[in-house]
Amino acid sequence: MAKVKGRGMAAVNYPTGMNLGGDPTIALIHASTSGVFNISISSVELGQGLKTVLAQIGAEALGVPLETVVLHNDDTDTGPYCTGTFASRTTHRAGNAIIAAADEAREVMFEEAAELLEATPADLMTDGAGNILVRGAAGRSITVAEVCSAAHFVHGRAIAGRGIFFKPKSPVDPDTGAMDPDSTEAHACTIAEIEVDTETGNVRVLRLSSAYEVGRALNPRLVHGQIVGGAWMGVSHTLYETTAPYYPLVEHAPTSFSEYLMPGPAECPVIEAEVLGIASSNGPYGQKGVGEMTANSPIPAIVNALYDAIGVRFYELPVTPEMVLRALEEKASAAELPVPEVVH
Amino acid sequence: MTRSATVRFTVNGEETSIIVDPLASLQTVLREELLLTGTKAGCRQGGCGSCSVLVNGELELSCLLPIAEVEGCSVETIEGLSAGEKLHPIQTAFVENFALQCGFCTPGMVMATKALLGENATPTKDEVIEALSGNICRCTGYEPIVKAVMDAADRLKGSDEVSLVGGES
Amino acid sequence: MSDATVRVPQGNGPVGASVEQADARSHVTGHTIYVDDVQLPRLAHMVLARSPFPHALIRRIDLSEAEKVPGFIRALTAADVPKNIYTILGLIGFGLDEERALADERVRYIGEPIVAVIAETRAGAAEAAKLVRIDYEELPAVFDVEEALAPGAPAVTEWGINAFDFDGRPFRQVRFGDVDAAMASADHIVEGRYQMSPIEHAPVETTGCVARPEPDGRFTVWTNTQALNMSLDLTAHILQIPTRRLRFIGGTVGGGFGGKVDGMVEPLATLGAWKTGRPVKYVYSREEEMVVSSTRNGVRIYMTDGVTNDGVIVARRVRSYIDCGAYSRHTPYAVQKHAANLAGPYFIPNASFDIYCVYTNRQPSSAMRGFGVTEASFAMEVQMDRIAELTGLDPWTVRFRNAYHDGDLRPHRKPVEDATLIEAMQAAARLVGYELSPELLAMSSKPREV
Repeated sequence: MAKVKGRGMAAVNYPTGMNLGGDPTIALIHASTSGVFNISISSVELGQGLKTVLAQIGAEALGVPLETVVLHNDDTDTGPYCTGTFASRTTHRAGNAIIAAADEAREVMFEEAAELLEATPADLMTDGAGNILVRGAAGRSITVAEVCSAAHFVHGRAIAGRGIFFKPKSPVDPDTGAMDPDSTEAHACTIAEIEVDTETGNVRVLRLSSAYEVGRALNPRLVHGQIVGGAWMGVSHTLYETTAPYYPLVEHAPTSFSEYLMPGPAECPVIEAEVLGIASSNGPYGQKGVGEMTANSPIPAIVNALYDAIGVRFYELPVTPEMVLRALEEKASAAELPVPEVVH
Repeated sequence: MTRSATVRFTVNGEETSIIVDPLASLQTVLREELLLTGTKAGCRQGGCGSCSVLVNGELELSCLLPIAEVEGCSVETIEGLSAGEKLHPIQTAFVENFALQCGFCTPGMVMATKALLGENATPTKDEVIEALSGNICRCTGYEPIVKAVMDAADRLKGSDEVSLVGGES
Repeated sequence: MSDATVRVPQGNGPVGASVEQADARSHVTGHTIYVDDVQLPRLAHMVLARSPFPHALIRRIDLSEAEKVPGFIRALTAADVPKNIYTILGLIGFGLDEERALADERVRYIGEPIVAVIAETRAGAAEAAKLVRIDYEELPAVFDVEEALAPGAPAVTEWGINAFDFDGRPFRQVRFGDVDAAMASADHIVEGRYQMSPIEHAPVETTGCVARPEPDGRFTVWTNTQALNMSLDLTAHILQIPTRRLRFIGGTVGGGFGGKVDGMVEPLATLGAWKTGRPVKYVYSREEEMVVSSTRNGVRIYMTDGVTNDGVIVARRVRSYIDCGAYSRHTPYAVQKHAANLAGPYFIPNASFDIYCVYTNRQPSSAMRGFGVTEASFAMEVQMDRIAELTGLDPWTVRFRNAYHDGDLRPHRKPVEDATLIEAMQAAARLVGYELSPELLAMSSKPREV
């Protein structure tokens, strides 16, 4: 009986967005009479924190406090078009659309504020705390709320904006495969430390250490949430789960969680990650998509660690304890060594 | 032929009496009769824990529990933990530790936490992991949930709050 | 588009801060309404009768026993569907009209929907669905991607070839440089066959929707789709009604991972609401979510690399078989994504890729987290370690030497931008305390000097 450790690495890229007919997302923003900014989209939140980060982008681009931004994404009657939440596209596309909409709304807001402050729009700035100030002129300021009220009732301006993200369609060349399928690339490198129990075939992932380069992290905790959740899913893909345990046969397909195995909290590795923030050239505030990629480097890192641990290279996933034991047996008989006796 | 029986129990401190099929699951009764939809239905097979509630302080999978079994019992659901804007310390710990993403497993996780801390105010990490082992999360990778539970234990140390706010222990 | 792309945060705004999740308080109190939480007066329930065979002709459907179940309201069959073509990518001219919302003559996977039963209760609908009697004539089935492409294989598709057509070929191809010459000049050839299994998304919330008819002829649909507009358009298409009659409500989903992009449930639930005048709830059971709902593709990759003694990949040839199951759904797009990422984050000057979307008689696959790229990364990263072993180099050196730089042309002829692999690897090495050689520490993703 032996527990053997191993270490392995993997490095990956992951594209942000896709290109199947424009990949459009539209955002609409309007201000209320008291300076509440309503962002309307139809992009779907899956738990990754989309509603949170898009409100942050909107508040940032408008220059107003986050708590004055209300985001709605729940109704096709009131929300403009979004292609959908997949392909790591949504923060990128919806974020860019929101920035464009915010720019338009801000322009109108500044026109109104300029009139009220007797300044020119180019001289104005926001402090992020709900005020619009004249640059370099202490004391000349007005609240966003006052500006919005005046726009409605005094001067008649609609503080509102619209924005669209659109990627010109690029068909695939049938002969060369030439295409423009995405908007930017994120990268990651993961080192996995594992332990193999050569008696049971059980593989434990002890640690996953990664560096992620995913553009500017707009909300670091949310990025970290994707890294940790994805790392766990990578462990699960590599060692546990499948709908076809005897692929390609369809027999014995799991029908419940007692058959569809995934690691529980006791099987989770220590996960550490450093997130670099090298801004992308086209994401909102330099963002890159992170949601889909976070299982991708752990998976081969674990497989490579298995080779380091027991000298067996696996080419099929998931690597079950049964596969590990068979491989060890084959290896032992190939080396014409007797299979070690287990002494209790 | 439809079965029916009167079942009396308390839910989050309120006495309730309903006439219902005695083999209907507590989950179905909570969600469809009492409209307490905070208790989720992720599998109806006892496999995911999203239907977890407390019955007389014990963690139960409400999808596997026939309603007749809770006659005379005290049932606590997620709705009983908070009062308006005031969150239970367990809930605050989950929020501040980002211990959720899609939120679907969250009520079950919170109830499992309440059950644990009700009997063990200072759990070790391994004890937390064991207490959560009946609850599946597909989003977070469990790490922030375990942290949130340890954090909740710290917050509740020395206070009676585990059994306060809504439920009776 | 505005200059949003080069914007820097102002310094007094929330971007860059770990602000609390917008839904956190709602989720943690059980306050969030998910689809199955939607309760409406006179709500009816839909459960599907599905094929137990992987491949069969439907000879007869007998609803007489099902209709006797207390609470039975109505059953829908293929004849009830105004345009019985389900095609998620057809809306943007990409996919094929090959799948039905309800099967009519033939079923091609275990679980394919045939009859939609509507009843007063979920239990009643499930009971009635069980009592739907369908006579089948079983057909030979095929499950392996390479067997499915071999001559004489059972035909899964209507047109007889078990491969999606890409511009006149049964595979998508990428051709870059001169692979034959480069392979001939390589010092080593490394070949591998890699296989990833189908995976179920397994969100804790199952796929589902509630459709309610409105007095003005519109329908309100609460749904956990990942794509509100796409699902709405698909429903309008299948029901042959103008899109203005549909209002889709959702946007907060209990886990997706790509499993809720197929728009499978909304058309039938809305049709049910239309035909019965009742709100109809159609939510997958956990078993349906596992056995019927789309999975990640099983992918088989044959990868051959021509490598120099310095560990540099001079050529890569790949043949990939992406198992789409009974219907192609989003898989043609997976093929495209796979094709665009088979060189990964590396500069490979000669490449030849043939990627098949193969039909088999298993539950259809569709999008899942990492779609097409997860599999490519798995194969090539195991291959990289083999290259390292063969050339006597350590795994870091091999990857650094092949890493792409800004401006490099990838096999699909798009120049690399925002390259940061080298920096990510340098950071990872620092994190684990691995000392990189001076050669590797000196590298950066900046464009190569000409």
